[in-house]
Amino acid sequence: MRLITVAGPPSSGKTSVIIKAAEALQGEGVKVGVIKFDCLSTGDQALYERKGIEAKTGLSGNLCPDHFFVSNIQECLQWGEQRGFDLLISESAGLCNRCAPHIKDVCAVCVIDNLSGVDTPRKIGPMLKMADIVVVTKGDIVSQAEREVFAYRVQQVNPGAVIINVNGLTGQGGYELGRLLSAAKETVSLTGRLLRFTMPAALCSYCLGQRRIGSDYQMGNVRKMDFT
Amino acid sequence: MTTDHDTVPYSAMPSGDLLRNYPYAEDFFTSLGLMLPSADESVGAYIERIPPEVLEDLGIERRELGEQFSAFMTLLISLQEKQNGPTIGSITIQGGVDKNGADEGFVLTVTPGEVVSIVGPTGSGKSRFLADIEWMAQGDTPTRRRVLINGAVPDPTRRFSLEHKLVAQLSQNMNFVMDLSVEEFIAMHAESRMVNDVAGVTRTIIEKANELAGENFSPQTPVTALSGGQSRALMIADTSCLSTSPIVLIDEIENAGIDRKKAVRTLVDGHKIVLMATHDPILALMGDRRLVFKNGGVRAIIATSPAERANMAAFEEMDARLTAVRNALRNGERIEYV
Repeated sequence: MRLITVAGPPSSGKTSVIIKAAEALQGEGVKVGVIKFDCLSTGDQALYERKGIEAKTGLSGNLCPDHFFVSNIQECLQWGEQRGFDLLISESAGLCNRCAPHIKDVCAVCVIDNLSGVDTPRKIGPMLKMADIVVVTKGDIVSQAEREVFAYRVQQVNPGAVIINVNGLTGQGGYELGRLLSAAKETVSLTGRLLRFTMPAALCSYCLGQRRIGSDYQMGNVRKMDFT
Repeated sequence: MTTDHDTVPYSAMPSGDLLRNYPYAEDFFTSLGLMLPSADESVGAYIERIPPEVLEDLGIERRELGEQFSAFMTLLISLQEKQNGPTIGSITIQGGVDKNGADEGFVLTVTPGEVVSIVGPTGSGKSRFLADIEWMAQGDTPTRRRVLINGAVPDPTRRFSLEHKLVAQLSQNMNFVMDLSVEEFIAMHAESRMVNDVAGVTRTIIEKANELAGENFSPQTPVTALSGGQSRALMIADTSCLSTSPIVLIDEIENAGIDRKKAVRTLVDGHKIVLMATHDPILALMGDRRLVFKNGGVRAIIATSPAERANMAAFEEMDARLTAVRNALRNGERIEYV
């Protein structure tokens, strides 16, 4: 089975893009399944199922969604194997615009949209910088010049990535993305595999449930701003 | 591009020389929020001494940063070469099959400076046709069409390369989301295209756009304040001068205060292949040929006949009369005598 991790800021069009690519692949007889990672609630499972794509939802609740993702992805892979998928796509939002962790040797996709502004590619961390494929959406809404500047800015921070434009509404580019995904490497097991980069350092007193503000209550990994 | 530096890897060159020869290399550091290396230090040495905390914050490993720098330089050089390099001589599309699997049986070769109109009802396969060209299909899309460049199968890596994009698209609903003046906006685009004379190109584009638009705008006008016609005029001028894509796809240029014929001519003069989806007889007949779509396939390719061309004069006269009526209406006159 091929595993694909798809990440991207909220509302960038991840679900629509996955649906368009999956539909194109299903048309060619490829069996596609989706794991949707979210925090609070999601209606995307129903959205996928309506399109005949088998899906499973994981809600992280008050845990960091990316930690939740890593803690569960091995089991997700097993689920996919059991269901007999050819391709399993995991979808997660990079809520802090930093990690949405990609795994070494597992095809990594980042979805960002033209409307987020040309400076956005510089503000996104490893989620964008370490992706193999960057899908740019909402290109139909902005001018040709803006599309070109945006793609260039993405290429600046991730010069090695394949950049592909996909329209989540009309599906333009979805077929082509599907071709790219179906050429990904097979993943047999994830145990012992490495993430492409560490997630943000954690474990300060607030991670452990502290609610009070002030230096007296801050312990562990705390970094202070420089006001000098 | 042949310089003495070809033999020295970019990461080993003193940064002063590197930035002098490739000023845009600076973007690599600024886009990551890094300080520039000092003039006598090589980028390789600079990367070696970045503290681990900084790399941690950037979310990148040392080795990968070095690899990204090499990839960035490769991109930069290819963008510059594309800017100065040879242009595409022809694009050939070999027909595939329509929705029922029936053979299209056509071969279409288009060269820069040519205008091809595209006609057919919604859902007849026009978008897929354009997607096939954009993707440089090689019999591997649902239509089984093939696209050749200069008569040969293109290098597969071209499909995903930024600087080799085949199609620039001027769509119907075009908005600007950037909060910039016209001048800043075009300059930003020129910079991302590695143009040498940014100010000069920017001036030319604004002048051209003003020739196309009915009402003039200044370089200081915010792009968000442009009217529909002005935006289109600006994008047509911009695409003609700055886009490296040899094909320009236009979705119906409506009557929004823009000289349509002049607009198409601007692109043709910029040595573009113009593909135009339109139902406007004047624009459709401006094409040398028109592709007729039906049921997901190209049903016919009609070369514009001399008789059709001659009819254009009549259509233009009708159009001029309608325009006169429209202006009269706008000026508050009565429309009793036609």
